Amino acid sequence: MLLIHCPYCEEERPELEFRNAGEAHIARSSSIAEESGEDFEKFFFIRSNPKGIIFERWRHVHGCARFFNAARDTVTDRFITTYKAGEPKPSLPKSASGPAAYANRPPDQLNVKRPRRKPVAKGEAK
Amino acid sequence: MAKAAKIATAERSPIFAGREFSGEGAKIAVLAPSHRLALRAPEKSLAALSKALGVKLPVAPKSSVTKVSRSALWLGPDEWLVIDDGGKDPLEDCARVRVLHSAVGVSHRNVGISISGPRAAETLNAGCPQDLSLSAFPVGACSRTILGKVEIVLLRTAEDAFRVECWRSFSDYVLTFLTDAATDAA
Repeated sequence: MLLIHCPYCEEERPELEFRNAGEAHIARSSSIAEESGEDFEKFFFIRSNPKGIIFERWRHVHGCARFFNAARDTVTDRFITTYKAGEPKPSLPKSASGPAAYANRPPDQLNVKRPRRKPVAKGEAK
Repeated sequence: MAKAAKIATAERSPIFAGREFSGEGAKIAVLAPSHRLALRAPEKSLAALSKALGVKLPVAPKSSVTKVSRSALWLGPDEWLVIDDGGKDPLEDCARVRVLHSAVGVSHRNVGISISGPRAAETLNAGCPQDLSLSAFPVGACSRTILGKVEIVLLRTAEDAFRVECWRSFSDYVLTFLTDAATDAA
């Protein structure tokens, strides 16, 4: 069982007491009626879903019942840090982002050689 | 002349009151009805509320304050559960308080169950994932947590005694669960 540090209870508690509440730091527009459909779609449906570190809202529902934010690695399931709701995103140490975080970078930034393929000439493929 | 209006008073029919189980390591007993209050208040109101209730509302996480027959249990940063076993309703004490707060009487919502004996902690740990060792959960510590499938409020009243507060409709489940666990723990 995971132990999650609740910033309000100031101690680690078993994961059974917690609920995930989706991605954190998504601000609702103050003039939502004037927003375009596209912007609203981004706000309402589109989530980053990264492989690596994600900032999430969690709720200590069977404890102090408070919402708080957490930085979690989606690959290892490790909680890097938790902080109270309303506090700014913490800057994480470089060591926190493991090799999995590289998967968020576009392929041309990765130090990986792409397999070369011969262009297929017309009529060659059957 | 109009007759004095007849006021109906709600009669309490305690669920399972008096039912108990005595195992080798743990004794489980359903407690008599008591008065309970779900209290929410901002920090500014605490002094006035503490004065009216007669107990100082704790502000440290996982802590409780007991004075005579009344206990105030910290549940969250602005949330407390006040339990009175002395027959005096804390809701009436709060009625006179003029500072901002929300007090809801939940006397009938909860059922109190006591667990005592040398294997009390093991009995609870059958369904409660928290560390109940004396160093992590000392006497007077309290917490809202889970037991099996339901939410409970747990208070350590002595080194080998706990009080479990659960919702009335869950009490049958909790009592059966604890009885089974006490049989295993013994």
